Amino acid sequence: MAEESRTKIVPAGKLGYSFRRHLRERFIETFLFMSAVLSVAIMLAIIMMLVKESFIFFQHVSIWDFLTDTQWTPLFDDAHYGILPLVSGTVVSSFIALLVALPLGTIIAIYLSEFAPFTVREVAKPFLELLGGVPTVVYGYFALLFVTPLLQAVYPELPGFNLLSAGLVMGIMIIPYVSSMTEDAMRAVPMNLREGSYAMGATRFQTAIRVVMPAAFSGIAAAYILGISRAVGETMVVAIAAGMQPNLTWNPMEPAATITAYIVQVSLGDLPHGSIGYQTIFAAGLTLLLITLVFNIIGHVLRKRYREIY
Amino acid sequence: MKSVNNLEEIRRIISLHKRWDLLFMIIGIFALMIAVLTFMALFAHMLIDGMPRLSWDFFTSFPSRRPESAGIFSAWVGTTLVMLVTAFAAVPLGIGSGVYLEEYAPRNLLTEIIEINVTNLAGVPSIIYGLLALGLFVYQFGFGQSILAAGLALALLILPVVIVATREAIRSIPVTIREGAYALGATKWQTVSDHLLPYSSAGILTGIIIGLARAIGETAPIITIGALTFIAFLPPSPIKNEFPYVSIEWLTAPFTVMPIQMFNWVSRPEEAFQLNAAAAGLVLVVMTLAMNGLAIYLRYRMRKNIKW
Amino acid sequence: MQDNSEKKNVSRQFKSEVKNLNFFYGGFNALKNIDMVLHDKKITALIGPSGCGKSTFLRCFNRMHDLYPGNRYDGEIILYPDDVNILASNVDPIEVRMRISMVFQKPNPFPKSIYENVAYGLRVRGIKQRAILDERVEVALRNSALWDEVKDRLHHLAFNLSGGQQQRLCIARALATDPEILLFDEPTSALDPIATASIEELITDLKSKVTILIVTHNMQQAARVSDYTAYMYLGELIEFNVTDTIFIKPKNKQTEDYITGRFG
Repeated sequence: MAEESRTKIVPAGKLGYSFRRHLRERFIETFLFMSAVLSVAIMLAIIMMLVKESFIFFQHVSIWDFLTDTQWTPLFDDAHYGILPLVSGTVVSSFIALLVALPLGTIIAIYLSEFAPFTVREVAKPFLELLGGVPTVVYGYFALLFVTPLLQAVYPELPGFNLLSAGLVMGIMIIPYVSSMTEDAMRAVPMNLREGSYAMGATRFQTAIRVVMPAAFSGIAAAYILGISRAVGETMVVAIAAGMQPNLTWNPMEPAATITAYIVQVSLGDLPHGSIGYQTIFAAGLTLLLITLVFNIIGHVLRKRYREIY
Repeated sequence: MKSVNNLEEIRRIISLHKRWDLLFMIIGIFALMIAVLTFMALFAHMLIDGMPRLSWDFFTSFPSRRPESAGIFSAWVGTTLVMLVTAFAAVPLGIGSGVYLEEYAPRNLLTEIIEINVTNLAGVPSIIYGLLALGLFVYQFGFGQSILAAGLALALLILPVVIVATREAIRSIPVTIREGAYALGATKWQTVSDHLLPYSSAGILTGIIIGLARAIGETAPIITIGALTFIAFLPPSPIKNEFPYVSIEWLTAPFTVMPIQMFNWVSRPEEAFQLNAAAAGLVLVVMTLAMNGLAIYLRYRMRKNIKW
Repeated sequence: MQDNSEKKNVSRQFKSEVKNLNFFYGGFNALKNIDMVLHDKKITALIGPSGCGKSTFLRCFNRMHDLYPGNRYDGEIILYPDDVNILASNVDPIEVRMRISMVFQKPNPFPKSIYENVAYGLRVRGIKQRAILDERVEVALRNSALWDEVKDRLHHLAFNLSGGQQQRLCIARALATDPEILLFDEPTSALDPIATASIEELITDLKSKVTILIVTHNMQQAARVSDYTAYMYLGELIEFNVTDTIFIKPKNKQTEDYITGRFG
């Protein structure tokens, strides 16, 4: 009886090479491989799509005009194709956002990582995560209908659409990204470094600033870069609260369009596929992608370096 | 050599430095409060404006020219269907990709490229995915401005989230579990499907929920596709009375989604529409908060229950 | 110890005296009723099987346990000649740590230059004058026998040093502020034999300058470097005496068993 059941469990033939089992394994591995390679395909598709349409665009418009013309009026009869007004809007709104998000995000991260008692951290971290999950269209609504009227109470001459309130709200929106990545980087610093500092008689603040932050430098830099690329690529807040009119200005009190807001504006209209207006949004998109790609690559290099230290 | 250990001096310095500690504590709490209070203001503002509009009718009415009778029926149905497509595409691909990178991928250049790519994709602005979907899905593949095109665009957008969550969940399983399975004669896929995936399912689920919560609120890529903002009808029902009982006609139907509906109302100059926007925003925020909250809770449970 | 003058005399030979020390991690009584002394300008070694509480005991001397919630001291560690109980709640742990330095098990240089690592304790005290910093850094590096190896690259990152050099850098960092007691927590356990020998030599040389308390898992090391040795087991101080006596003629059976390798 015992002999019989043993042969049932391990039939002699099955111990050998099983073609079916092998085939199934290969099939599954191929599927998994394909889905992993898909991410590369997506990236290539993005680049190809943007480059293809931009290429047609640049047959109509010289790159020189694109980079130096100070007007962006592709849908007017007297069409101008200068990206500068969109870049200025993007730079100003991102700059304000980062002015809010980087210092506040960093302070929150230092506080949570080095100062806060356990319970505060346990409550604050998920709360910040929830803040990061609020849809951007809601933040846009908030900027337009709450922050702008609030600012207008102080500066009555502030227009209803302006880069300032869009930038401020964007900054608040980006805080959770900056603070959580910065905090992760700081918590990755080994405890024995902190102990070394405390053993020398350093206070918490001294330890945080002089030892933990330098040790977490590349991780913090990567967090900042993520914040920058978020700000540059953010769409809905600026589209709703800053207006969608291209305007070459460095003044945050004015309405202006960012690269992303322009794409939204065009998409809301009814542009025929293949028209020059259709191609402009791809040229604008390519500009945006190049900017964020540069930041992402810097961030990746920094993260890699920082993994190697510890 | 002058001593640096004058006790009086040391005490003076310490009390000075401790004042910095205290000051920073206050600044830290203050910074945290700014984030908290902003969120409170946002929520309160929407609650005050939007709450009166929230009624059964609001959920069962189509958008309308008259703000007081307008609702989000087509928007939430559209969101549900788009999410269905997104989840259907992103979940298997994301998990597959995560499993491959964590368990199968050889250490070579291609793997390195894939890994860099996943990180880069996560940093690509969402509107760029909209442009990709516009060029590729809407025109090249001829899906039109449909639920399918929108769902796939959002799927691509959240793919990195699912991949990263899968990888982290699988990575946290100790190598002894794998060795245990292999020692019993399991193949690689048996190890993955019988052990690694079940044990990491909570972590993967957390990632999927966070990804979908993000997709629900995404507006820019769907605008870019050219989704209409005034849709006063529902897509064809996925369930039919006669054989084969299910239909995929809805996939190619025009649609609207919650954030688009909200954006549409926010951009109207009439105040009455902005109240609608507040109400729609409230529904949207509650939905995303609930999903993110669920994810956070799952992760918390996981951390408490599993101690490898 | 009949009259007061003699008592004073005795305490002058002591740098520190531990009186009935108990330590608790939450509810766990990790150190039990420890009484011991540290002789001034001598090396005292703490030995015992792992988990016996020797590191916990060492970390009481610079109040490192204050960094984590739920830890509690009971009893006294008196620091002479001030005659203060450094465990008292009105004594600032930061002040204690400025006067009593520590070198850790694993070298833990900060991600800064060699120079800045050594100068750290001085900077923490708010000393900014370049001349004082330069002088102190050089003296500390000379005292830790590192000066000749690093004097040409003081502003290079400390991570580039070898393990033994990093540990000597950490000793220099601890020495730069003229501590009254230097604590060593198994300082050679992460090092190779050659680096270990140089650290041991350094510790012996430092005896003339500073009182040293060293935790070691290595009995030979205790025998080689220390003047006094304490044997601990399960949070209790089993035997404390002159090192030679402990190793040659221990009074306690448990100590003898441990020394002769019968257990541990």
